[in-house]
Amino acid sequence: MLNINDLHARVEDTAILHGLNLEVKPGEVHAIMGPNGAGKSTLGNVLAGRPGYEVTGGTVTYKGSDLLELEAEDRARAGVFLAFQYPVEIPGVSNMEFLKASVDAIRTARGEEAMSSMDFIKLAREKCKAVDLPQDFLKRGVNEGFSGGEKKRNELLQMMLLEPSLCILDETDSGLDIDALQVVARGVNALRSPDRGIIVVTHYQRLLDYIVPDYVHVLAKGRIVKSGGRELALELEKHGYSWIDEEVA
Amino acid sequence: MSENIDQYLKSEYSAGWITDIESLTIPPGLNEDVIRLISAKKQEPEWMLEWRLKAYRAWLEMKEPEWAHVVYPKPDFQALSYYSSPKSMEDGPQSLDEVDPELLRTYEKLGIPVHEQEVLAGVAVDMVFDSVSVGTTFRQKLKDAGVIFCPISEAVHEYPELVKKYLGSVVPQKDNFYAALNSAVFSDGSFVYIPKGVRCPMELSTYFRINEAKTGQFERTLIIADEGSQVSYLEGCTAPMRDENQLHAAVVELVALDDADIKYSTVQNWYPGDAEGKGGIYNFVTKRGIAHTRSKISWTQVETGSAVTWKYPSCILKGDDSIGEFYSVALTSNHQQADTGTKMIHLGKNTRSTIIAKGISAKQSSNSYRGLVKMNPGAEGARNYTQCDSLLIGDKCGAHTFPYIESKNPTAVIEHEATTSKVSDDQLFLCQQRGIDAEKAVSMIVNGFCKDVFRELPMEFAVEAGKLLEVSLEGAVG
Ligand SMILES: Nc1ncnc2c1ncn2[C@@H]1O[C@H](COP(=O)(O)OP(=O)(O)OP(=O)(O)O)[C@@H](O)[C@H]1O
Ligand SMILES: [Mg+2]
Repeated sequence: MLNINDLHARVEDTAILHGLNLEVKPGEVHAIMGPNGAGKSTLGNVLAGRPGYEVTGGTVTYKGSDLLELEAEDRARAGVFLAFQYPVEIPGVSNMEFLKASVDAIRTARGEEAMSSMDFIKLAREKCKAVDLPQDFLKRGVNEGFSGGEKKRNELLQMMLLEPSLCILDETDSGLDIDALQVVARGVNALRSPDRGIIVVTHYQRLLDYIVPDYVHVLAKGRIVKSGGRELALELEKHGYSWIDEEVA
Repeated sequence: MSENIDQYLKSEYSAGWITDIESLTIPPGLNEDVIRLISAKKQEPEWMLEWRLKAYRAWLEMKEPEWAHVVYPKPDFQALSYYSSPKSMEDGPQSLDEVDPELLRTYEKLGIPVHEQEVLAGVAVDMVFDSVSVGTTFRQKLKDAGVIFCPISEAVHEYPELVKKYLGSVVPQKDNFYAALNSAVFSDGSFVYIPKGVRCPMELSTYFRINEAKTGQFERTLIIADEGSQVSYLEGCTAPMRDENQLHAAVVELVALDDADIKYSTVQNWYPGDAEGKGGIYNFVTKRGIAHTRSKISWTQVETGSAVTWKYPSCILKGDDSIGEFYSVALTSNHQQADTGTKMIHLGKNTRSTIIAKGISAKQSSNSYRGLVKMNPGAEGARNYTQCDSLLIGDKCGAHTFPYIESKNPTAVIEHEATTSKVSDDQLFLCQQRGIDAEKAVSMIVNGFCKDVFRELPMEFAVEAGKLLEVSLEGAVG
């Protein structure tokens, strides 16, 4: 479903990704770990088409076609979802209005009928419950004054509403209390399905106790430097990243 | 930030076509003879002509104000024509059925209900085309309620006592340069009188349209709400796209007698000029209301048009316990300049005023809020709350706030809050990542920003106002 081949990218004038390779097949869950500043968020942003992130080499194929050709909103409509590491606030625009506009846009792109407001409200309330957010969060401005953990749950809420084909979660577990962590894990596990690919960026192997990945990768200095199974995360926890540096060097 | 935003900033003006109609326009230039001619065309009584001449003589002594935060070539007042009327109006249609169908089509094209049977919401409409009123709907129904709603030129003949008593009572002839000019040459506008204790049975509205080239529009509106009465009035404005600038200098006077309630809403969409700043309307308007005991005057305005706007709808809170409100959305894009705000003059005891001003600037535009809150010595226990928010789209535009506060009564309380925010690339990217295109995203953000003001508009116009913002910002962001 996703094929990243020798990807090079830069932000402003800084080259950050230096020949990254990754393949995600439908139904798989990949965990990406790696030191601060390695380029994990950059990868997510490049895949989502954030303006300012320039691809300088390599290819990305998504569902058989060139992902890099699409505008950001068209990637979203094609099913690429990025849960942000730092979700921004949009004051004055209610979460409900935002979610409805988003679901409408994505359904229209899929050739589905727009949802009636009543049906949508029902659905939104249901998903709110699933991520353990009180319903009045639907009336508040998008992320406006939300706590760190609430913002992350709001990202998850959006993901559950949109049912994307490729989910990229950028440290959705950071800053969550233990209960919230379980909520996120439950949400992600519920989305696990044979036709969906999931990439989880995390610093904590603990999350992987709940979301058991098929593969674990180490991203360092703009490349995937090591890949393995679930056990790689445990090893990283024990030894840190320095032994990989040595191994690669 | 941001080329990304900037590349989408273009706007299409949808009311920019010209009506092909034969007009009688008097030659450009201004002198006493021109004023006599205007007055004669309207067959005005002598007192009206004298009133105009007095204003004209005062105007000659006055200077165009320079203090506003706007830059434009000063209009050449001798190059303008001061009167234009569709030729078919010369003999004066007696009813809507006799109005030139081409004219009615103009209004229909603008989406204004001109046939009474089509009117859904029950809004009575007066249509002013260049210098004359071309028709007023629902006159009979209003008459039955005792409400007078007619062109002011007609009121001069039909209700001279009311006009003599109130015209210039709120905005005197010499009030300011443009008001004096308007007093000298005003051509038409609406007149409203709501009798004691009457709640006007429908929304009243006037649509102004400037069609002729090189013509100034100088309309005059006078609304009198007698004791305990209530009225809601809406004005809308458009003009064709023309390369040269057109001048619009209106005066609106509101009189709210004891316990009366006037709600005055404006959706102003005069042609703003093209993307390079060529053409567009110069909008220099004086709007003021006087509020007597326990009465209330509420101004709501959504301003998206005009090349240059100079406008400060104000309230003189004369009576004890009177209330003044000002809710405003002013949007500027391209090379538009707006200097707008309000004045709340508290004279009576326990008078209260609320100001909510929202400025949105995009592209190279400049948007200024200028507000005066004045507490006179007699304003015991008076209160004002002002909230002034600016939203910037892109980084070439400017927003400025000029609040003036004068308090001569220590018991008066004045609160002022101001914020400035920006539509950021990060917000736009969040929207895009959720499948929402940038245009829709900006319109959502802008509408969210304006909702405290839109809430104050009559329902059917709130929707219109939202759409208007969307059109004005078309492609506004990426
Ligand atoms: N706009 C920018 N200009 C210059 N450098 C940038 C910019 N954005 C990111 N970088 C740099 O790119 C590198 C990779 O950043 P990125 O956010 O992808 O790291 P990360 O792996 O997600 O780290 P973390 O674990 O801390 O979230 C960092 O060194 C960062 O400082
Ligand atoms: Mg990161």
